Amino acid sequence: MAEKGRGEVVTYIEAITIGLREEMERDERVWLLGEDIGVYGGAFKVTKGFIDKFGEKRVLDTPLSESAIVGVAIGSALNGMIPVAEMQFADFISSGFNQIVNQAAKMHYRYGAPVPMVIRAPTGGGVHGGPFHSQNPEMWFVKTPGLKVVEPSTPYDAYGLIKAAIRDPNPVIYFEHKYLYRRIKEKLPEEEYIVEIGKADVKREGTDITVVTYGSMVHFSLEAADILSKEGVEVEIVDLRTLLPIDKETILKSVRKTGKLCIVHEDTLTAGMGGEIAAIVAEYAFDALDAPIKRVAALDTPVPYAPALEAFFSPDTKKILVALRELAAF
Amino acid sequence: MIERELAYKFLREMVLLRRFEERTAQAYQQGKIGGFCHLYIGQEAVAVGAINALRDSDYVLSAYRDHGHALAKGMSAREVMAELFGKVTGCSKGKGGSMHLFSKEKKFLGGNGIVGAQIPIATGVGWAIKYRKRDDVVLCFFGEGAINQGAFHESLNLASIWRLPVIYICENNRFGMGTPVERASSIYDLSQKAYAYDMARSHVDGMDVIEVYNTVNEAVARARGRSLPTLIEARTYRYRGHSMSDPIHGHYRTKEDVEEQKKHDPILNLKNYLIQNHLWDESDYQKIEDEVKNIVTDALQFSDSSPEPDDSELFTDIYTGEYYGRTHG
Ligand SMILES: Cc1ncc(C[n+]2csc(CCOP(=O)(O)OP(=O)(O)O)c2C)c(N)n1
Repeated sequence: MAEKGRGEVVTYIEAITIGLREEMERDERVWLLGEDIGVYGGAFKVTKGFIDKFGEKRVLDTPLSESAIVGVAIGSALNGMIPVAEMQFADFISSGFNQIVNQAAKMHYRYGAPVPMVIRAPTGGGVHGGPFHSQNPEMWFVKTPGLKVVEPSTPYDAYGLIKAAIRDPNPVIYFEHKYLYRRIKEKLPEEEYIVEIGKADVKREGTDITVVTYGSMVHFSLEAADILSKEGVEVEIVDLRTLLPIDKETILKSVRKTGKLCIVHEDTLTAGMGGEIAAIVAEYAFDALDAPIKRVAALDTPVPYAPALEAFFSPDTKKILVALRELAAF
Repeated sequence: MIERELAYKFLREMVLLRRFEERTAQAYQQGKIGGFCHLYIGQEAVAVGAINALRDSDYVLSAYRDHGHALAKGMSAREVMAELFGKVTGCSKGKGGSMHLFSKEKKFLGGNGIVGAQIPIATGVGWAIKYRKRDDVVLCFFGEGAINQGAFHESLNLASIWRLPVIYICENNRFGMGTPVERASSIYDLSQKAYAYDMARSHVDGMDVIEVYNTVNEAVARARGRSLPTLIEARTYRYRGHSMSDPIHGHYRTKEDVEEQKKHDPILNLKNYLIQNHLWDESDYQKIEDEVKNIVTDALQFSDSSPEPDDSELFTDIYTGEYYGRTHG
């Protein structure tokens, strides 16, 4: 099978692979480590063929040792390398927690040297993975100064953000959504590009309500917006793309235009990204609000396995529509 | 030599585990089971041999490849299958699925989807047994991949310095997903890890149910009598892919490798043992197959016809006590 590249129609997961491959070709300091990423090609096959192309020196299969994976990445970054570590599922990142939140995040603060490294983490539900294979743990890291946190929603952003993450001199957690991996496609530009970290993107323009969202929920929100458009309500969709640092400017600009805000995320409600965005808007654009802020998120429970329960637990187009209609009527 | 009755008990249980999972695989392919589902086929002698060395009051903990341990510890085929189907009649009301089988009644403290996470917990169960002056023991199963987690080393050290009645059983099926043990571990005889913790160790053929049984029996005696831990490595083999979503062979092992290993099948090995000792009775074996078939068919029908959990179940079991959160989207 020929390798896919820029200028072609690619899936979200292929876009990540292309971005990674190009960065490895561009810079010999970039190396990969993680469980089953080499010979096996990765649990989800993001790095399929990489070990043959780049060799065992740059693509390292590790034992099941998340703490050491992250720690070794940090050490190598301090010594001139650019590691990209894969956590097999975002849920397992917990086994490497100390190395991320205490070590990677605070290394520059303590030691003064840059720590250019990326931790890739397949995140999210909708695949009936149950309590330990479906979580959205981004807020564990958004709370941690010293890290950057990104989560693309499209192939275009997935490609541009993995490149930006690798080129960033700070530790970046790159959440990639499992549900989107093979479900969405688009044509990548011919020209190389990066998507700047810290910049949100307006995925749909509208005048009546602002939806701030990211990850898989961008697509459900877009679907809801299309439905509402037929009812004469124009919804603007702001895709955060980067969760830390937050692009306040784009959020506030949109809310000042529409006067109404709904935040949508797949992560659970309490202490989710929604609370932070709501606080920012209440703090800086209170005068612009014409209605109370709404949040659509997963309920505050573990992720259930039973498909019907998972559907009830998770936000979806219908639930977004209910919130948006209430806002429209306000 | 073990008694005929015990040998047939082993046979019956191994056949149950095998047939249960063969039908599980079919149900998965029919879309009745979703998510991630890891089969234990090939490794039956380890769960059956080891758990038969226990009393009912002893504890078992496992990882995500847990169907076999759950059944061997006495959980019913119905409650396990219904859990895989995501039905409310499942042992965790359909909320956990394949990797989260639990039974308080059977002292089965669960599967665990986080590699290695059960090892410290098993150690804590052992600590409480000792503190409360009980004479139960704990069996903790994990794959050879898990020994590279810090949790394994932290736990074995504790069990040794505190002298806890815990038996750690490493099921070395040669592969952690697609990575052979030789590429992941600094030593080949994994039971040697016990040296670092001054702990008793054994090494068994995990395809030989009688050998597993005898070895675990010794470890149980050490744990129950003298409150001492043991690390046992059982060399075994997984016939299927890592999970139902993974191929049986691929870059990391060949079809021939798998076929070769199947010649050392644990059920076949026990059959040969019985034949050699003039204990084999084809009609008794057929009876076992028929009985097991009925149990598994019944479990499937039960699971098929059971209801899905009601939405209100989302908010149960989260706390001991009331749920605080909002109950709508
Ligand atoms: C902490 C953690 N890291 C990674 C995984 C993903 N994962 C699940 S099973 C597995 C391989 C485990 O191999 P082993 O412990 O030998 O058990 P086996 O599958 O052979 O039964 C991996 C990498 C996980 N579930 N938890």
